Amino acid sequence: MSNKINNLNKYRWLAYGALGALLLALPFIVDATLGRAWVRIIDVALLFIMLALGLNIVVGFAGLLDLGYIAFFAVGAYAYALFASPQFDIHWSFLVLLPLGALVTAVFGILLGAPTLRLRGDYLAIVTLGFGEIIRIFLTNLNRPLNITNGPQGITLIDPLAVGGIALNKTHILAGFTIAPVHGYYFVFLAFALASIFISLRLENSRIGRAWIAIREDEIAAGAMGINTRDMKLLAFAMGATFGGVAGGLFASFQGFISPESFTLLDSIMVLCMVVLGGMGNVGGVVLGAVLLTALPEALRYVGPLQQQWLGAVYIDPSDLRMLLFGLALVLMMLFRPAGLWPSSTRRRELSAEEDMPADEKAHAG
Amino acid sequence: MDIFIQQLINGLVLGSIYALVALGYTMVYGILGLINFAHGDIVMVGALVALAVAQALAASLLPVPLVLLFATLAALLVCVALGVTIERVAYRPLRRAPRLAPLITAIGISILLQYSAALIWGKQYISTPDLIKPEAFTFGGAQFTDLQAFIFLLACTLMAGLLWFIKASRIGRAMRATEQNAEVAGLMGVDTNRIISFTFFLGSAIGAIAGVMVVLYYGLGHYFMGFMLGLKAFTAAVLGGIGNVAGAMLGGLLLGVIESLAAGYIGDLTGGVLGSNYRDIFAFLVLILVLVLRPSGIMGQHTSERA
Repeated sequence: MSNKINNLNKYRWLAYGALGALLLALPFIVDATLGRAWVRIIDVALLFIMLALGLNIVVGFAGLLDLGYIAFFAVGAYAYALFASPQFDIHWSFLVLLPLGALVTAVFGILLGAPTLRLRGDYLAIVTLGFGEIIRIFLTNLNRPLNITNGPQGITLIDPLAVGGIALNKTHILAGFTIAPVHGYYFVFLAFALASIFISLRLENSRIGRAWIAIREDEIAAGAMGINTRDMKLLAFAMGATFGGVAGGLFASFQGFISPESFTLLDSIMVLCMVVLGGMGNVGGVVLGAVLLTALPEALRYVGPLQQQWLGAVYIDPSDLRMLLFGLALVLMMLFRPAGLWPSSTRRRELSAEEDMPADEKAHAG
Repeated sequence: MDIFIQQLINGLVLGSIYALVALGYTMVYGILGLINFAHGDIVMVGALVALAVAQALAASLLPVPLVLLFATLAALLVCVALGVTIERVAYRPLRRAPRLAPLITAIGISILLQYSAALIWGKQYISTPDLIKPEAFTFGGAQFTDLQAFIFLLACTLMAGLLWFIKASRIGRAMRATEQNAEVAGLMGVDTNRIISFTFFLGSAIGAIAGVMVVLYYGLGHYFMGFMLGLKAFTAAVLGGIGNVAGAMLGGLLLGVIESLAAGYIGDLTGGVLGSNYRDIFAFLVLILVLVLRPSGIMGQHTSERA
C-alpha cells in the first residue's frame, strides 16, 4: 500500500520535473520554431494569467462581478511608470516599486469595495464599470493644470526591470545562451505567474477561500455561519486588485510605454472573458482562458491576408472580428456551457441549478 | 444667472433624451430583474439606421419632414425587431439561470451590436446630412433652438403617453401584474412571455426615437455612442428608482440638469483645475452616491432585494 503511494508520488514529481523543464526551455524552443514575436506573445499571456487570476478572486471565488478590473492594472502600471521614468525624473528600483504598486492598488481596491459592499450582483457590475471609467478619465485628463500623467500621450521611456546594473531590456549571454529581453522577461513573468497560481490554489482551499465561496453561494447564510462578510468582501477586492497592480507594474516595465488607451472597458471585458470562458472559480480553467484568449487575436491576424487571398479584399478588420467573436462567445457560453470550458465542480453545480434541483422543487419552479 | 438658465435648458433637453432611454432599462428591470446592457446599443443602432436612411433620402426631392419620418420609421422597425429577437434568443433561455449568466450574456450582445455596427458603418463619426437648420430663440438671456423645444416636447408627450398606457390599457395592466409577480399573473391568465416580449418591443421603440433625437441634437453618430448614453440612462433609472417608470423620467431629467450645471460650473468652482472634460464623471458620481445613500432611488419602494 505505502509502496504504491510512494510510486505515485515518484511519478508525480517526475511529471512536475518534466513540466518545469518544458517551461524553462519554452522560450528558446518557441524562438527557434515560431520566431521571437511569439515569445513576446507568451510573455503577454503570462501577464494576462496574473490579471485573470486576480479577477478570478473577485468574480470566481467571491462572486462579485467587477467590470472595471482593468483600472487596477492601470493604477499599478502608472504607479510604476511615474516613479521609474523621466516624467518626474525619478528612477526607483522595481524592488521598491512593485510592492508599493501592490499596496497602492490594494488601497484602491478597498476604496472601490467600501461604498459598494451593500450592492449585489448587477448593481455592483455597473458601479465597478463606472469606477474603471473614472480612473481612465482622470488618467487622460491629469495633464492640466499640473502635468502628472501626461494625458493621452502617456508616459514613455519607462525603466526596465534591473538589478545591480543588469537591465532586462538588453541582450545578455549567459552560459552560451543568448538571452534577449523577451527571454529575460519570460522568466520573471513566469515566476510571478506561477506564484499567482500557487497563491490562488492555496487561497481556494483556505479558510478565507471557503469563506468567499460561501459568500458567493449565499451571503446571508454565510453571515449566519459567523463569516464577517464585510471584511471578506473587502479582502477579495484588495487581493484581486493587488494581482492587477503587480501585473500592471510589470507591464509598464515590459512595454516601456503606457497610455490610457491600454486600459479601456474592452480590456476589462477581455479579462472577464478569460475568467468566464475558462471556468469561473477554477484556477486551471482561468489559466486556460487567459492563454487561449491571448493567442486568439494573434491567430486571427492571419485572417486578414486570407480574406485578401480568397475574397480579393479585407472585409473584416481582424481586431473587429476578435471583438465579434468575444461577444458571440460570451453569449454562446452562457447559453450552452455556463460554467466555462474547464469548470470548478461547485460552480458547475451552481450554474446548472435547474438540472440538479430535486424533482418536487422542479415541479414548483416550473 | 444667464449661464444658469442656459445650462438648465440644455440640461432639460439632454435629460429628456436620457429619460427616454432610461425607460427601456427600467421597464425591463422591473419585470425581469435584468440590467439589459445592450439597450444603449439598440439606441445606437436606431440612430445609425436613421442616419443611413436620411443620408440615402437627402439627395431625393422629398420634403424634409417626410425624410425624417421615413428615417424614424426605419429606426423603429430595426430596433423593435432587434429588441424582441434578443430577448427571445439570448435572455429567455436564461430566465431561470443565476443572475450572473444573463448579465454576462447582455454584455456579449452589447459587444456584438457595437462591432456589427462598426462593420456596417465603419468606426468614424458619421455626420447628419444638412436637413434642418435650427432657429434660435432668446429667453431670459439664454438661447434655445426650435429643435431643442421639439425634442423636449416630443419626449414629454411620449412619456405622458406611456404613463397613461401603462395605467389605463389592458396590456399596461398586464405589464404591471407581471412586474409584481409573474407567476401569479400567469395564473390569472396573463401570457407573461408575450408581455415580456412586448416590454422589449416598447422599450426598443422608445429607444429608437431617442436614438433619432440624439442624432438630430448632436448631428453625429458613432458605433460606440450607445455605451456612454446607456450608462447615463441607467444611472438616471437608478436615480429615479429602478423599476419605476415615472421615476426613470424624473431621474433622466434630473441627471441631465445635474450634468449640464456641473459641467458649466466646474471650471469656476475649482478655479480652473478641473474642466468640462470631466463631465462624464458626474453621472458615475451620482450613481455611486445614490447607490450608497439611497439605493431605492427617489421614487423606488422596496429595497431589500435590490440594494
